[in-house]
Amino acid sequence: MGKVTMTVNGRARSAEVEGRTLLSSFLRDGLELTGTHVGCDTSQCGACVVLVNGQAVKSCTAFAADLDGAEVTTVEGMANPDGSLGRIQQAFQDYHGLQCGYCTPGMVMSTAALLAENPKPTEEEVRHYLEGNICRCTGYQNIVRAVMAASGQDVGALAAE
Amino acid sequence: MPKDDGIGASVKRREDTRFLTGNGKYTDDINLRGQTYVHFLRSDVAHGRIKGIDASAAEAMDGVLKVFTAADFASAGGIPCGWQVTDRFGNPMQEPKHPILAEGKVRHVGDPICAVVAETYAQARDAAEAIEVDIEELEPVVDMVRALEPDAPKVHDDLTSNLCYDWGFVEDNKAAVNEAFEKAAHVVSLELTNNRLVANPMEPRVAVGDYDPWGDSHTLYTTSQNPHVIRLLMGAFVLNIPEHKLRVVAPDVGGGFGSKIYHYAEEAFCTYAAKVLKRPVKWTSSRSEAFISDAHGRDHKTKIELALDADHNFIALRTETYANMGAYLSTFAPSIPTWLHGTLMAGNYKTPLIYVNVKAVFTNTVPVDAYRGAGRPEATFQIERLVDKAARELGVDPIELRRKNFIKPEEFPYQTPVAVVYDTGNYHATLDKMLELADCAGFEARRAESAARGKLRGFGIAHYIEACGIAPSNLVGQLGARAGLYESASVRVNATGSISVYTGSHSHGQGHETTFAQVVADMIGVDANSIEIHHGDTSNTPMGMGTYGSRSLAVGGSAIVKATNKVIDKAKKIAAHLLEAAPEDIELKDGKFSVAGTDKSVDWSGVTLAAYVPHNYPLEDLEPGLEETAFYDPSNFTYPSGAYGCEIELDPETGKIDILRFIAADDFGNIVNPMIVEGQVHGGLAQGIGQALLENCVYDDQGQLLSGSYMDYAMPRADDVRGFTVDHSCITPCTHNPLGVKGCGEAGAIGSPPAVVNAAIDALHRAGHTHVKHIDMPLTPSRVWAAMNG
Amino acid sequence: MYNFDFVKPSSIADAVAALAGEDAQPLSGGQTLIPSMKARLNAPGTLVSLTGIPELVGVCREGDMLVIGAATTHAQVARDAAADFPGLAALAGQIGDPAVRNRGTIGGSLANNDPSACYPAAALGTGATIVTDRREIGADDYFQGMFTTALEEGEIITAVRFPIPQASAYAKFVQPASRFALTAAFVARFESGVRVAITGASENGVFRWAEAEAALSSDFSADAIAGLACSPDEMIADLHGTAAYRAHLVGVMTRRAVAAAG
Repeated sequence: MGKVTMTVNGRARSAEVEGRTLLSSFLRDGLELTGTHVGCDTSQCGACVVLVNGQAVKSCTAFAADLDGAEVTTVEGMANPDGSLGRIQQAFQDYHGLQCGYCTPGMVMSTAALLAENPKPTEEEVRHYLEGNICRCTGYQNIVRAVMAASGQDVGALAAE
Repeated sequence: MPKDDGIGASVKRREDTRFLTGNGKYTDDINLRGQTYVHFLRSDVAHGRIKGIDASAAEAMDGVLKVFTAADFASAGGIPCGWQVTDRFGNPMQEPKHPILAEGKVRHVGDPICAVVAETYAQARDAAEAIEVDIEELEPVVDMVRALEPDAPKVHDDLTSNLCYDWGFVEDNKAAVNEAFEKAAHVVSLELTNNRLVANPMEPRVAVGDYDPWGDSHTLYTTSQNPHVIRLLMGAFVLNIPEHKLRVVAPDVGGGFGSKIYHYAEEAFCTYAAKVLKRPVKWTSSRSEAFISDAHGRDHKTKIELALDADHNFIALRTETYANMGAYLSTFAPSIPTWLHGTLMAGNYKTPLIYVNVKAVFTNTVPVDAYRGAGRPEATFQIERLVDKAARELGVDPIELRRKNFIKPEEFPYQTPVAVVYDTGNYHATLDKMLELADCAGFEARRAESAARGKLRGFGIAHYIEACGIAPSNLVGQLGARAGLYESASVRVNATGSISVYTGSHSHGQGHETTFAQVVADMIGVDANSIEIHHGDTSNTPMGMGTYGSRSLAVGGSAIVKATNKVIDKAKKIAAHLLEAAPEDIELKDGKFSVAGTDKSVDWSGVTLAAYVPHNYPLEDLEPGLEETAFYDPSNFTYPSGAYGCEIELDPETGKIDILRFIAADDFGNIVNPMIVEGQVHGGLAQGIGQALLENCVYDDQGQLLSGSYMDYAMPRADDVRGFTVDHSCITPCTHNPLGVKGCGEAGAIGSPPAVVNAAIDALHRAGHTHVKHIDMPLTPSRVWAAMNG
Repeated sequence: MYNFDFVKPSSIADAVAALAGEDAQPLSGGQTLIPSMKARLNAPGTLVSLTGIPELVGVCREGDMLVIGAATTHAQVARDAAADFPGLAALAGQIGDPAVRNRGTIGGSLANNDPSACYPAAALGTGATIVTDRREIGADDYFQGMFTTALEEGEIITAVRFPIPQASAYAKFVQPASRFALTAAFVARFESGVRVAITGASENGVFRWAEAEAALSSDFSADAIAGLACSPDEMIADLHGTAAYRAHLVGVMTRRAVAAAG
């Protein structure tokens, strides 16, 4: 066991970890940040995506000990300072980009990473970027619309496909 | 104009705020004080005899509390099956015991043998490796046809064979059907497979058992679509716990698609072990474990034949289907290939004579049960592929052949030859709407553009009918259901006028918290935000049957309407007293009670306050309070239908198919929240397209699962599906429920697979590959290429 | 997964020393290793993280070579190799998904040598040099069959030196579940001739398609190999594709790579 410290959603947070403690477990079990979900064990589904030093990372496929000192943002850190839904979160609600909500934290975090890299992505770019996030409920169309809307683009054209 | 938060409005979902901020409360987010963890040691062989188990080393390991085996469950019952099918000779199906932990034999890869409970999950898993299980491997049987051969290994030694049942429907029609085939001008036949699928909700299953020794009471938190059903099945049949000592909670649940209907061994285990150990016991499935322990779906092999007269009227249909049950009977497994499949074999057509034969077979594979659509996708796929093939063989337009044989709008209600009565529908209207949206006129130009790039373009259609709103209890009782299929609701009006609704339905993505509030808000005329929907906890919701079979609004919503009407009736009596008028003169509009023809009124909260502060109240005639419960039992199924069109592009070099546009024109009856309905259709389409192009659950001949993770089971991704246009403007309201609604949850998954395959065959035929009559799903590039070059 | 001791050295020398310990294994991005550890298919006693060693990270042009530190992520290669070696950058940008590319590394991929991985095709397809803590290994000697390489116990890749081709492209046909290559071709045209490496297809892992190389060296066009067929012998057959299909895809993907390389 060893102590690992990270800056999580702007706050310094520490927990004791084993070598095998995954970042997802550090967040969920160590810090009780259960917004980050685990949906598979082969790094495919992306429900666990968080930002590590600003980059999208599958938190179930990274050891907490390997990320000592990192800056981590989870879905719990995506709301506005006043507690209202952040821009991406609001777009997902507005465009019905979620149903059961389980993949949603990963979708929101991947979207944050995408828009940081590419503020005005095309539909193709959105679909390609989200290939590492599996959603079983929505059929993706409304997720894509939400991402486009969050980037400030007109989603009317997409809706009329 | 609809009320802006009432029926017909695309109200944004209130549940989203907690999901979007990481504040959802899923079962795996529940951690109880003193919690322990269980790991199941599962069979890695498909068939074997357990000769001995030595867990002594494991029990001595750090943190291990106990290793459970079947012996610990000697007094428990098996996992029950909720439906008994009677075979075509009048005999009950063969029904093997399904133990919580394997007794004597293991029957599929993943069958749990031992359960290790320890202080941490890692300790439990480490200890499981120290258990020595002596298994004599037996020859497995994986293929259904092989399983019915006389010398096949038997999955269950105490059954006479691997045949669960041989079902005929309608058995009395069989001779007439065969006679019609003798006289037919044309007979078209097709052999096909409906591929085995895994539901794969993104949240794996979780169970947390808790026991209170002081009250001798149990609580189970579980990822269920129907907590009351779990309480009944597990309490009464498995663990012998009476309902008042057993609370089952299904909190936020991350998708179900059928796979979370069933009562699973892990739930019973955690409930029972918590009592033995006097500590909470938690199980969290990994995805790999889910692939070998969640019930699978589909897995039919079928031969279907259609007889037509010289004018191309359908005169008879017959099918022979092998349906895989897997190693044990999951909760509703026997009903899927029979009553949810055979009764839909008329499709949208006036075929007067139908005979369906289904042989349900035990194999050394994971149990198979309902998956989104459940029986109806299998029926639709057969019919719609066969009709398309018939059109090709007869040289007629597949659209016109369908139109010619459709049940006409004026022919409803329509009694099919397979027992059910379709109440309403207008198949011509949905077909016309779909064709309009599909821009058929522009197809040829689009095809030429694809051809210029070396690609083949095709357009395929399918029409579907489904039976939803499951179901009339007395009818399903006659058909073998061991449960009623009504739904419940309690509407509790609070003193200041806010309303708490308790429903027996369960939301795991469907948005009930929003839509059910819309219904009540619309009926009473109050703000939807003053209404809260509660579900998922047997301790505060009336006994209800849960959510599956697109039943929540049609059955659960009807129960809410019924309870709300009771509330309104009573509130009108209170208002009548307050307004010194007769109750029959009281009108409720926009949250205000008024006396007809006068300006005398009292608002909603005035009445509710009077109900709870009965100072000025007719106590001699009326009890105080305003809270009503209703149970709604439907008088018929609902029959959503629709026309689907799919345009694909096929790369002839690689065989890869891309979906370019998918048009869904559905008749769901009345719509409460169009935004949510569209979302449900989108999701269903992705799953149906997934079945058609990507997903396949495959075993090798030794019963090893080859597609046991997302590395090999191809889930649809964002770049695999696109171009959905969804229309629900064709409305023939359901005639027998108060909202006139039909259900929309499964339609997309039912109607889309044949549309995709028909589009692929169309593309191949347009390009001259006319030797390709059929390709089994999924249409992987390798299969398409092989078919083209075969 | 089984537990292990975790160490994160900051120099190559410390890493090599740590790897000399019993049951020690290197950890780079972990995108393949961690899932295999979850499945308990891998049980290191000590895991030595290579991601804290600055000299293992970076993309650097050295003459007609592009040198990539072993712990450089796919995302960084996709970004930083784009100007000098666009074919390689494009390949890196197709590995896994964005989150995987942010962790997975070139060294980890080449050390693992998955028969369906992308990087082996680029390394073999250019005749790259695999630089380790103790020697340099030519790609033709490095890949020795699926999941098998010339690396010795405790030997770690420090960098990969790619000769920069005049033109190159990677054509990948994706296995729809894993998003690895069902079959993919990397084609590189050099002054001295053309190299073609195929991944995803063969039971023996990445391989060079000699007939195509010969044909393309005299005529670098898709038409030059239109009639060439690859034998289905020793091709992978699984639920995603038959051996014959993969053999067919070898030709298709090679032609597409040639066309894309221009």
